[in-house]
Amino acid sequence: MKGLKRSFLFIPGNNPGMVQTADLFDADVIIFDLEDAVAQSEKDSARNLIIQAFTTYKYKNCETMVRINAVETEDFELDIEAVCRFELDYILLPKATVEDIIVLDKKLEMMNSSTEIFAIIESAIALETAFDIAKASKRVKGLLLGGEDLTADLGVVRTKEGLEIQYARNRVAVVCKALGILAIDTPYTDVVDEMFLVQDSEEGKRFGMMAKASISPRHIETIHSVYAPSSKEVIYAYRVLCAMKQAKKKGFGVFSLDGKMIDSPIVKRAERIYQLAKKMGLKVSGVEYDA
Amino acid sequence: MKIIKSSSSGSLESNDLLVFVSPNSGVKIEIDSIVKLQFEKSIYETILKVLEEFEVKDVCIKIEDKGALDFAIFARVKTALLRAGEEK
Repeated sequence: MKGLKRSFLFIPGNNPGMVQTADLFDADVIIFDLEDAVAQSEKDSARNLIIQAFTTYKYKNCETMVRINAVETEDFELDIEAVCRFELDYILLPKATVEDIIVLDKKLEMMNSSTEIFAIIESAIALETAFDIAKASKRVKGLLLGGEDLTADLGVVRTKEGLEIQYARNRVAVVCKALGILAIDTPYTDVVDEMFLVQDSEEGKRFGMMAKASISPRHIETIHSVYAPSSKEVIYAYRVLCAMKQAKKKGFGVFSLDGKMIDSPIVKRAERIYQLAKKMGLKVSGVEYDA
Repeated sequence: MKIIKSSSSGSLESNDLLVFVSPNSGVKIEIDSIVKLQFEKSIYETILKVLEEFEVKDVCIKIEDKGALDFAIFARVKTALLRAGEEK
């Protein structure tokens, strides 16, 4: 759903069937992939396909993102020139470093592009400098944890339980919270055995992730259900906001609910949950949404 | 653009097409498509549009279409031409 950012679905940039139906997968953000999903010999073909797709279609039901090739590759400049030829919401930069973000930012500036950036954190050095990466440009609106490459870099085995990426999840989430940007969890990569998909999605959310990437359209529904606020959360958020309105009317600066003092972070969280529930059209007994 | 060698692009996957381009005298287009009966004219026109955009006057284009939409036909033909061509 456009406007929400719960799910980020990768689709191969050189697959016409998926590119033309990208709008129908129900993902909040579609990532047209020019990097790992495209063979080196077909990079030019994928760029041309995406240019033509964006020239032809308006993706009205989702936001759009292109994962370009890394700054160090010869395809980087060609990718930037390609994506600056059409209206695109975000660029996803793989193998991000502080220097890379600065290079990309300057390149976009030169091209007079207002496109915003999401960066993939997928190496030990990127994880340890995630704060600086996110601060390297005002265009950076979120970080995506790349669990597969990160564990390869760390030399550890990637498991479905995900114990090996707990610290990374936590760190990326904390950095993003600190800077007020979006933390996106690594995709669940098994498209055959989906038994662990719910557990994996919940694990990310527990560590503070605000959205999840996906490599399969079949995962989107589960991701949305995990990242949807529960009825209990929506009711509490609504009560907090109602109590705040009452307090304001009475001229109170601070107020309490159920005997607990409500401060600014709780109000912010309530506002976020309420707006999310409103956008999703969640029907919760006793909760009314503003027009 | 002058076509100086043979090239190809695309695939035989559903919704895609395979394009073969080679040097020729004049324009020759051969279309094989699962929807030839209904869309041959439209496919032909899309190919001509790409040739016009890249100012290609001499080329042989053969396509095997698996139900690709216009945008994909345009992109694949463009890619094959750029792979085979030399800017004037």
